[in-house]
Amino acid sequence: MIELRGLRKVFGGTVALEQIDLSVPAGEIHGIVGRSGAGKSTLIRCLTGLERPTSGTVAIDGVDLTDQSGSGLREARRSIGMVFQHVNLLDSRTALKNVAHPLQIAGVSKAERLAKARELLEIVGLGDRVDNYPAQLSGGQKQRVGIARALAAEPKVLLCDEPTSALDSSTTDQILGLIRSLRDRLGITVLIITHEMSVIREICDSVTLLADGRVAKTGKLAEVISEPGSDLAKDLVPLPPISLDDRAPAEDTEAVDGAAGNRTNHLVEVALAGTTLPKVLTSAQSVGVGAEAILAGAVETIEGRQVGRIRFTLATAAESKELITALKAAGIYAEEAA
Amino acid sequence: MNDPMWFDNPAITQQMLPAAIETLLMTAWSTGLAVLFGLPLGIWLFTASRGGLNSNAVVYRVLSIIVDITRSIPFIILIIALIPFARFVVGSALGWQATVVSLTIGAIPFYARLVENSLREVSEGKVEAALMMGASNGQVVRQVYVPEAKPGLIGAATVTSVTLVSYTAMAGAVGGGGLGALAISYGYQRYQADTMIACIIVLVLIVTLIQFIGDRIARAVDHR
Repeated sequence: MIELRGLRKVFGGTVALEQIDLSVPAGEIHGIVGRSGAGKSTLIRCLTGLERPTSGTVAIDGVDLTDQSGSGLREARRSIGMVFQHVNLLDSRTALKNVAHPLQIAGVSKAERLAKARELLEIVGLGDRVDNYPAQLSGGQKQRVGIARALAAEPKVLLCDEPTSALDSSTTDQILGLIRSLRDRLGITVLIITHEMSVIREICDSVTLLADGRVAKTGKLAEVISEPGSDLAKDLVPLPPISLDDRAPAEDTEAVDGAAGNRTNHLVEVALAGTTLPKVLTSAQSVGVGAEAILAGAVETIEGRQVGRIRFTLATAAESKELITALKAAGIYAEEAA
Repeated sequence: MNDPMWFDNPAITQQMLPAAIETLLMTAWSTGLAVLFGLPLGIWLFTASRGGLNSNAVVYRVLSIIVDITRSIPFIILIIALIPFARFVVGSALGWQATVVSLTIGAIPFYARLVENSLREVSEGKVEAALMMGASNGQVVRQVYVPEAKPGLIGAATVTSVTLVSYTAMAGAVGGGGLGALAISYGYQRYQADTMIACIIVLVLIVTLIQFIGDRIARAVDHR
């Protein structure tokens, strides 16, 4: 449904995007993550034809946006529904008229577009708020109106640019739930651009990591997340913050007892991928490392598979080597962690 | 000097009301016409400016220079300079109808600049959203810029209107009619302090009323 081929964008002398290839099949929710400056905004502007790529093609449902201009581009844009971080509703219009706006632009009759808008507001759960102005709605409600508006012209693709970045976490969950249910119900293809790993984890089927204007990693969420040793996986399932006291001993302890200085410095990180938590513990126990050696861990079940990471803390380098060898022998990914 | 004063003064009892009505008529007509012509001019200025929908440096420069030249000419001189034009349009160089012509010419660029600034307040995101829905430039102007800037546009019309009240008084100096003419011919030239004070009071009331109505309307259309 969405096909990017060899996309490249240069501003002056700086390369914003380089060799972006991306393919999102119909009905999939695809996430694009990256830190600020990674090229996310440029990518979305190229996707919508607001920015013309230096080279490469952007095709939505087989229509190449890069060789459209004027009315052709305006027509093509109607096949994309766009959800913005700051929603961008018109303050001078009620919720109903905001949702009807894309249809007004497309020249649909007033009665028809208002009926459709009413139906969409019903779908997003705001059937009782049709006559409210944006200023009378909460942040989450505004984003619901924004989503309803994006769907008004029955687009094939829903493009969401940081849709939840301005919302609190429970509202975020509601909005993500809404996007997922709309995909299930309408079969629409969704592309979400975000810097929030939690968004990716919660609703995406597949994910692309952008770094320095390039695709650093792309694939199905379950595969990417369970890839041992990958930075993206570490970002997607982060370990809880470890307090410094547990990580390294205080200086004075070291002075009193030289051996103690190294006591907690031997950390072993284990990836839960293609394995299960009990298996890891069994292997650890075979070399005398019990569950009490677990310093931190994060485990989630994604698409029916347990994924995550566990960090063991060990007394000596020899012990940690032994543990890594035992785990590797059992086919479990383990590495010395800093 | 035993002229009748205040409510016994015929300049106040008989001429004040028609003069006030003339001032109101001049203000209303010139405000209406200034908005009618100034709004499109302001939109044109804005869309031609840098980052505008139809950005064009040459067009913007030319419009800008015309607007600024007109705005920089002192109004009293503009009225005199426009006497032949006023005579051509309304058939006479005297009376409030002739004054409306010069008032309008003077107010159009003033309002157009205020329009340009009001439109600039509309957030980029709203425009981008409309463009993403496939809106043409005309649709963006009519459906996004103007309705979203409406409270500002009404506020600008109020400011223009209040400025025009003071201009009508100036026009009185060159035979323009209204409260300005009354104040000058009786209050100044015939030393009638009471007429002068009465004119000032009525002008203050008119300005207060215009501001009050303008604020009311602006608030009524403001849904932010």
